[in-house]
Amino acid sequence: MMEKMIFGRYVPADSMIHKMDPRSKLTIIFLFVCIIFIANNWLTYTIIGVYTFLMIGLSRIPIRFLYGGLKPVLWLVAFTFLLQLFFTREGTVVVDWGFVKIYAEGIKMGFYISFRFFFLILMTSLLTLTTTPIEITDGLESLLNPLKKLRFPVHEMALMMSISLRFIPTLMQETDKIMKAQIARGVEFASGPLMERIKAIIPLLIPLFVSSFKRAEELAIAMEARGYRGGEGRTKYRQLSWKTVDTLQLAFLAVVTIMLIYFRS
Amino acid sequence: MDISLSHVDYRYQANTPFERLAIQDVSIEIPSGTYLAIIGHTGSGKSTVLQHLNALLIPSEGTVTIGDREIKAHQKNKDLRPVRQRVGIVFQFPEHQLFEETVEKDIIFGPMNFGVSEAEAKKRARIALKQVGLTEEILDKSPFDLSGGQMRRVAIAGVLAMDPDVIVLDEPTAGLDPRGRKEIMDMFYALHNERKLSTILVTHSMEDAARYADQIVIMQQGKVVKKGSPEEIFSAPQDLMQMGLDVPEVVRFQLKLEEKGNIKLEKIFLSIEQLSAAVAEQLRRGVTS
Repeated sequence: MMEKMIFGRYVPADSMIHKMDPRSKLTIIFLFVCIIFIANNWLTYTIIGVYTFLMIGLSRIPIRFLYGGLKPVLWLVAFTFLLQLFFTREGTVVVDWGFVKIYAEGIKMGFYISFRFFFLILMTSLLTLTTTPIEITDGLESLLNPLKKLRFPVHEMALMMSISLRFIPTLMQETDKIMKAQIARGVEFASGPLMERIKAIIPLLIPLFVSSFKRAEELAIAMEARGYRGGEGRTKYRQLSWKTVDTLQLAFLAVVTIMLIYFRS
Repeated sequence: MDISLSHVDYRYQANTPFERLAIQDVSIEIPSGTYLAIIGHTGSGKSTVLQHLNALLIPSEGTVTIGDREIKAHQKNKDLRPVRQRVGIVFQFPEHQLFEETVEKDIIFGPMNFGVSEAEAKKRARIALKQVGLTEEILDKSPFDLSGGQMRRVAIAGVLAMDPDVIVLDEPTAGLDPRGRKEIMDMFYALHNERKLSTILVTHSMEDAARYADQIVIMQQGKVVKKGSPEEIFSAPQDLMQMGLDVPEVVRFQLKLEEKGNIKLEKIFLSIEQLSAAVAEQLRRGVTS
């Protein structure tokens, strides 16, 4: 049931993207999220699209797998499209059924915004698919390090993040297990009237909460027992190393940005 | 109710980079009233087989027949509820599935999902509670206030109250102390005999398999490598040891005894009583001749 979910999941492979430094990947994603808003016409959106699919290609993640995992999100994208389509009231009227009017601008905005959304999802999924949670955390901790001077709890944040990322698969497994146990007791999660289905969530959520709290406590005790004292003076086994690829990738993104600014209308 | 698996394959996460063939060409017959033990190492596919027994998993290839219902690969299998009512599964650590405010509500949850009236479900809850060796006082308690062993028994009662014809047990004694283990296993054995349930036990305890089962299936790397009665299975203990599986203590003792004492008993014995009787018999004959 939960097998097809790909969020927060790492797919090991030997690719250029996998080998990049998490700091550069995080920076690129952050910049990507910003520059995607520069795009405002067909040409610039095409550039963004080509860039996104180039990165997917370089990561060697099978497109079919990506598609399978993102299917549920595609509904959201479609929904965004429809929302824009029906609620934008600018430009010339293209379709007029009396009670609904579809404007030219609506169609355009629908495409733009849903594509923007789609590319964002693709790129961010790509980050988690090619980077282990621990790498992401290390990268983030290192990038945010300057904030320590402002007394921002960087290490604690990173630790919280790595713990939550680490337990996503565990939680998924557990959800699957409890779901199956309750299905065996006659619960229907996937069919039946809506109210029934909402009610069916309770026998799933309560055991999940109970076990999560138990696990949190056990984890705290285990950390304490191993002498965890926070980030002060803590050294790292995994060292981050900035390579030529990382510089090249950033440079490439800069080129893309310049192209976007040049071609935007 | 008869259950049979014929040439069943199951693939986890088909069409993804994580695709994995969990079981391959598994064929098992479970006639009504059998006590079947499925034995194997972790990852041998025994839990996957178990989930096919009440259609929690639909085979990727092959057919599962549960009573008069056929569940085939590559087709829509709708309305599986009736199947699930007749096959109760006690999962590993079943206490994790408890969620209701009181023990009683949790036990009647299963039966009521299957359309049993509340009064009838409550009646069944009391019977089931007695069967698992608990008293009625705990009916109004919160299941989360109970001890681990009690929680497990409540969860088991919840499955028994569904009144299944077949009960599937996935390592029901994992994490219990030796006494609790024996109590639970004996309880299932008594139920098996009283209610004429088919029982399928997934375990890696050879002792339990030898003591209770009348059929044993041994799985390794997703395949059935051996099946037969305990006598047949354990008559070739060397094969088992080669597969890295344990042999019951009694059998190990008998083998040692035969080796050191330079005697040969006529067959492999599976209980201490039988073995000691046979040894005594052998000794008596030794004295008289």
